[in-house]
Amino acid sequence: MRVKSLESLLVEKGLVDPAALDAIIDSMEHKVGPRNGARVVARAWVDPAFKKRLLENAPAAIAELGYTSGQGEHTLVVENGPKVHNLVVCTLCSCYPWPVLGLPPVWYKSAPYRSRAVIDPRGILREFGVPFPDDVEVRVWDSTAELRYLVLPERPAGTETMTEEQLAALVTRDAMVGVAKVTLPQSGGAP
Amino acid sequence: MNGAHDMGGQQNMGPVEYEKDEPVFHAPWEARMYALNRAMRAWRKWNIDADRHALELMRPVDYLRMSYYERWFHRLVAQVVEYGLVSKEEIDSGKAAAGSTKANPPLTPAMPARWLSRGIPSSHDPQVRPRFNVRQRVRARNINPTGHTRLPRYVRGKTGVIVRDHGVYLFPDSNAHFQGEKRQHVYSVRFAATELWGDAASPRDSVHLDMWDDYLDRA
Repeated sequence: MRVKSLESLLVEKGLVDPAALDAIIDSMEHKVGPRNGARVVARAWVDPAFKKRLLENAPAAIAELGYTSGQGEHTLVVENGPKVHNLVVCTLCSCYPWPVLGLPPVWYKSAPYRSRAVIDPRGILREFGVPFPDDVEVRVWDSTAELRYLVLPERPAGTETMTEEQLAALVTRDAMVGVAKVTLPQSGGAP
Repeated sequence: MNGAHDMGGQQNMGPVEYEKDEPVFHAPWEARMYALNRAMRAWRKWNIDADRHALELMRPVDYLRMSYYERWFHRLVAQVVEYGLVSKEEIDSGKAAAGSTKANPPLTPAMPARWLSRGIPSSHDPQVRPRFNVRQRVRARNINPTGHTRLPRYVRGKTGVIVRDHGVYLFPDSNAHFQGEKRQHVYSVRFAATELWGDAASPRDSVHLDMWDDYLDRA
């Protein structure tokens, strides 16, 4: 049996409504995703009061921006700094903060990442192109319960004059999982 | 259960394969599979912990071989039969049994936004007392249940410090088996990387896990 025949059987038996499936897919493809998280991060960078609320009660602060769907009820935001870097994993399955990041990428759900992130986080970070010196603490968050983690990356230098919208455009999914830093795009000159 | 899903600290799983500009779903069937899983949960025949455990029950060789949504497909086929929503004969034939009555889906097109926002139960119920305080040292219990648990092998018997009390949540080890919610506190527990992995780990690094009261003892 394939997915298509399973769906038609469940529809024939009145167990699911195909239009409801369409609505679910639409919300995961178009309503949630890392652009939401990027807006949360950018707001935290420009608005210290919002950042304080975000670190104290992330679901309420995130809801201020209108993001309230499932799997985010118990979100915690962990902040990177010059001497602390945070990395998020779910070693047991695929827990991930859907309202702010959408569905997780395949690598996040894969055996290589789930197995290594807790025992060799620095090796993973090196492979992702973000090596950390020994004097930076690497904190791994294994999502073993219903808490969902979002990394608040460091705001890069040279962005002081940028608007909140321009800042949000710099923030990547990977930076909010903790496998990247936020960087400025290469400017027009020689690299 | 000490299953293939409990991956923390396993080695030789290969490189992390990164896909640039990855789509939300890689094929239409993945999207349908994702949505079917969510829509069928609306029947409330099983809860999220039972859902997770159903994946853990797959044989390790299958769990490791299959893609994420392939696992979901096999799980849903098993669930609808186990919970009596579809018969084995209907799965085999792909057709509803002659004379069977047609149900009304609990999830309608207008509902998903609201339904998806329904919270996972938790509370700050003052009736449920925490057994531990922030900054207390604790040891993760060395237990090897054959059913569902969210206590990974790599922390069992290890000592850590409570850094935060997250409030009260259902206990997955019993809830997954419909043996009661056993509401209890969940804490963020910090384990030094050296405690988990030995002296080769960085002395600065740590792993934080969210742990239920019943996973912990005083250290």
